[in-house]
Amino acid sequence: MSALYGLMAEFDNPEDLVDAARRAYQEGYRKMDAYTPYPVEGLADAIGFRRTRIPLIVLIGGILGCLSGFYLQYWISVISYPLNVGGRPYNSWPSFIPVTFEMAVLFAALGAVLGMLGLNRLPMPYHPVFNVPRFALATRDRFFLCIEAADPRFDGQRTRWFLESLNSRGVSEVEP
Amino acid sequence: MAETERDPRTIELREPPVLAPGHSFASVTDKIGGIVLSRRTPRAWMAGFAVSFLLVMILQVAIAYLLARGVGIWGIGIPVGWGFAIVNFVWWIGIGHAGTLISAILLLMHQEWRTSINRFAEAMTLFAVACAGMFPLLHLGRPWYFYWLFPYPSTMGVWPQFRSPLVWDVFAVSTYATVSFMFWFVGLIPDLASLRDQARHWFPRGIYGMLAMGWRGSAIHWRRYEDAYRLLAGIATPLVVSVHSVVSLDFAVAILPGWHSTIFPPYFVAGAIYSGFAMVLTLAIPLRAVYHLEDFITPRHLQNMAKVLLATGLIVAYGYFMEALMAWYSGNRYEQFMMVNRVLGPYAWVFWAVMATNVLAVQACWSRRVRSSVPALFAVAMLVNVGMWLERFMIIVVGLHRDFLPSSWGMYYPTIWDWATLFGSIGLFLFLMILFVRLLPAISIFELRQLVAKPEYARSKT
Repeated sequence: MSALYGLMAEFDNPEDLVDAARRAYQEGYRKMDAYTPYPVEGLADAIGFRRTRIPLIVLIGGILGCLSGFYLQYWISVISYPLNVGGRPYNSWPSFIPVTFEMAVLFAALGAVLGMLGLNRLPMPYHPVFNVPRFALATRDRFFLCIEAADPRFDGQRTRWFLESLNSRGVSEVEP
Repeated sequence: MAETERDPRTIELREPPVLAPGHSFASVTDKIGGIVLSRRTPRAWMAGFAVSFLLVMILQVAIAYLLARGVGIWGIGIPVGWGFAIVNFVWWIGIGHAGTLISAILLLMHQEWRTSINRFAEAMTLFAVACAGMFPLLHLGRPWYFYWLFPYPSTMGVWPQFRSPLVWDVFAVSTYATVSFMFWFVGLIPDLASLRDQARHWFPRGIYGMLAMGWRGSAIHWRRYEDAYRLLAGIATPLVVSVHSVVSLDFAVAILPGWHSTIFPPYFVAGAIYSGFAMVLTLAIPLRAVYHLEDFITPRHLQNMAKVLLATGLIVAYGYFMEALMAWYSGNRYEQFMMVNRVLGPYAWVFWAVMATNVLAVQACWSRRVRSSVPALFAVAMLVNVGMWLERFMIIVVGLHRDFLPSSWGMYYPTIWDWATLFGSIGLFLFLMILFVRLLPAISIFELRQLVAKPEYARSKT
């Protein structure tokens, strides 16, 4: 059975899927994922995923942007090429705030987007779940739960029975 | 629509719904995805494409001639050095602001009605910023040296002047363009995956597949996605306020009467949102008619937009009143003359046209009948579009043409090339919008599914 990526159950509605995900977690399955056409509240919690780390990346991006934005202007106006403009101090910091702010925003936003894509490992040109023909409905109106063969509790027959007991519309094998 | 048809759980019973009843996950997917994937192109689309393409060609000619001859082909000179180019810049960048407001601020405030208009409002932002960004560069005189505005280690050893609002502008607008693009694209990823899975032909499936980057709707991905999306909205909110504030500082930091004013940043931001909502209405009304999207862009959306239009219009009117009051109250004869000249001078017609469009016409939105009449709203929105352009003309050209010394007064007369560039940029904007509507989902599909899933909207489980 090692030639299998996992087993995938299909559901009609999000409630059944969240329920199934909770039951699977209680059964001791850990390596699994749920697939939905829109973000379903509580689903990530149900499969045991809690920490996203995105807010931290955004915060670090914002702080980095803020510091580098200000230092860029400070270095240019005070160190690299000091220029007397109307008698203003070289370090006219109030004038440097707008660019500092914009750089903080830029880096924070880049952190949010690149962080999200990076942690989600996107772009990903190939993934086994797409081998299930009905999976095309995961971006339309169907809800899927996939228990992966890599899970230590995974057992071809027993996992199949378990998934079939969950009010699902059917269970399919996912080729690796 | 009869009152009895509606679900009693809907909060605002007296208002039309955000989404017409009877939709399912599949029906919203098929309807919005079908617009893009269908082989048939509506005739109205073809007509719009032809007209806007023609205008883009005019823009090409205008820019080519500008590059060959220089900014002297425009009506600018002394004393009016900032003519149409800067008027257009401020106008376009302001229009962009409504898109960010709808997608970010209304998201943070849990305003459900934003869902069916946010996608094309974001696209509108992106294309408006593209049109806006073009103008200061063309106005440089030697646009091919535009990169001198960025701090890069050049062999000349000099750097941009960071005490100048014009350099702040470069950072504000380029950050705004980047963040708007990312916000728009991140919102598109799940819908691109939908299109990939719906497409039957290999070509669209390949293109949308590549753009979707392998999105598979995993619960873990969605969790990170939602976090990133909300944080982006939170970041975009102060950004959008900062961008037009910085644009207004281009004027407020100068000592010219009519420009040197502390009310400019909030007054510009309100004006930006005002003109942007007018443009969203201008685009939404034909879009819902041509593609029969009345189920998704309901009278509720139009009414809410009319209310925002009215509210921001009142803030703008307050700004006009404050400008006049402060000119009088300052006791400064140059400020006072600026105001008298604006109202009675050679460009008085601009002032009165601004009053008629931006202050008077929008008052029609107090009436429920106007708010629920599509043609009336379209007319108001068009008047505001024109009015807000004229307002920037009033601030820039009327401000510049008579400054402190009567000996340096003059008039500004736009040339045919000024007009060609203005209408060409409108053509470019419409051209990009029209292509967008045909090639990408103009309404966010996954957010509509979220709406369908809510108990207050009718849902069929088949």
